[in-house]
Amino acid sequence: MTRVIWADRAATAVLWGIAFFVIGILLAIIGHFLLASIGTLSLSFIFGDPSDSTIGGVGPVLFNSIYILTLTLLLTVPLGILGGIYMAEYAGEGRLTTIIRFSQELISSVPSIVVGMFGLALFVTLTHWSFTALGGSLALLVFNLPLLTRLTEQAIRAVPADERRGSIALGVSKWRTIRHVVVPIAIPGIVTGIILTAGRIFGEAAALIFTSGLSTPSGYNFANLNITDPRSPWSPFHSATTLSVFIWKSNSEGLGLFVHQVADASSAVLVLMVLVFNLGARGLGRYLQRRVTGT
Amino acid sequence: MTNASIAVPGAIVRPLTRGERLDLPKRVTLASAALVVVLVAVLLAFIVWNGVQLFAHSGVPVLQVLSATWQPDNTLQQPVIFGLLPFILGTLSVMALAAVIATPLSVGLALFMAEVAPRWARSITQPALEVFVGIPSVVYGWLGLTVLVPFLRISLHSVGFSMLAGALVLSLMILPTITSVALDAFTTVPGEMRSASFALGTTRWQTIRHVLLPAAVSGVATGIVLGMMRAAGEALAVQMVIGNRPLIPTGITQPMTTLTSQITLDMGNTVAGEPWNEALWTMGLILLLISFAFVAIVRILGRRRLVAE
Repeated sequence: MTRVIWADRAATAVLWGIAFFVIGILLAIIGHFLLASIGTLSLSFIFGDPSDSTIGGVGPVLFNSIYILTLTLLLTVPLGILGGIYMAEYAGEGRLTTIIRFSQELISSVPSIVVGMFGLALFVTLTHWSFTALGGSLALLVFNLPLLTRLTEQAIRAVPADERRGSIALGVSKWRTIRHVVVPIAIPGIVTGIILTAGRIFGEAAALIFTSGLSTPSGYNFANLNITDPRSPWSPFHSATTLSVFIWKSNSEGLGLFVHQVADASSAVLVLMVLVFNLGARGLGRYLQRRVTGT
Repeated sequence: MTNASIAVPGAIVRPLTRGERLDLPKRVTLASAALVVVLVAVLLAFIVWNGVQLFAHSGVPVLQVLSATWQPDNTLQQPVIFGLLPFILGTLSVMALAAVIATPLSVGLALFMAEVAPRWARSITQPALEVFVGIPSVVYGWLGLTVLVPFLRISLHSVGFSMLAGALVLSLMILPTITSVALDAFTTVPGEMRSASFALGTTRWQTIRHVLLPAAVSGVATGIVLGMMRAAGEALAVQMVIGNRPLIPTGITQPMTTLTSQITLDMGNTVAGEPWNEALWTMGLILLLISFAFVAIVRILGRRRLVAE
């Protein structure tokens, strides 16, 4: 055998080795958190209140995460889909389109900690809201809106042009074509985009420590549905630590007795959520695809 | 829609109705799309305005930020000096080391997925890559703090908190970024180029080295730059493992700090309007400028790629 063939075999072996190594690291990370949270991770941990004397739970923090996620999506999804429709269906080659695309590119490059500083200056200090769930959601909007706009644009662009032509040929107006023909076909792609965005929002922490804050009002009363009352958990106007921020806080505050176990189990929850979000995005996307195309 | 104005022979061309002239859908969608321009403008205004207050409001000489001394506390019996060099060098060096560690793995994995992997292996690596991206940065930070730092402490007989710890954590985080962009670059190399190469009797590795890599080089470089951009901007994971010492980095096993770490730590402990706080905003502005420099590099690489094609 010549050297060339040996080099080829060696290279193939190295590439396989790299793939196994990387997958191995990922499995090790997931396995580590699952093992580390044995004995801690339970329903009472997920839904329970925090405690200083026992393991306690992350119920309120997890609630805040889901609350901020929902609020952010409520703000981001409509704007993102409308913006994506414009970029895919209306935008020409003009200067305005160039400026919008350049802005999208710039904002996706801004570090999230800088977005957090911006949120602090605008939604915390200038508005006199102090640390609020709403301020956190608005900070998250800053870099997730451009992302969702682009994902929607891609999903809509992937719709075959024949679908549009067919509709237009029937005399249907452009907007009705978009609403009743193009967007329904693009729905699987858009939903996948929303779920991927949601996963990112759920894990984000750097943009939230200066905006939604490091504390949570104690004693959440879920029966208090008055959203203008800052003590109600449903109100957007109180500080709200999310699960991600909570893990970061654990490192700076190593005081409590069970900080280590609680943070391990919280990380496991986050990692599991990521898996659910990812598999969910794939599964739901495929399901909707079948529904839409009827295959 | 302007279908009413398309001249079809024999068709009755009706004038546009008021609703059609106004074209509300177009305006509403445009407003949503253009919101990002407003966001960028306001964000830039806030960061730049606050970022220059250290010089404009507190009168600190601009060149002082290039000093290596960081003594922001005016309650101590020391001169107050806002040298940001340790943070800037810290950010750049940990970012570079992370890229050095992650690049061979990422490019190797991308080559594996593009050229070597059978179908079943791709169906594992692709979702794995997505999960890798999805794992939140605080989880990487916590993992670094509880597993990596103790490991380094024992194996290197050091404090553990170090540039190396930060770079290792960051390299995991940027691995999927570089891999997916490099993978795109490899898969867009036309199949004819591979066929032509194989027809000359080359092995797969020869084709990869002499055809694929040269053809995809700007795409791979774009991936590396995007990875470095992410590494430079990452805050919490780095802050948890880097040691947070405002010193010029001297070795990879030494504790050090970065722009993002210092902002993370000090923002909550300082009061708006005092020089210490203003210096943090200046750090934010520098971070923004670093990110924009990377955007510029990506654009230049993209243009080169277009020219090459």
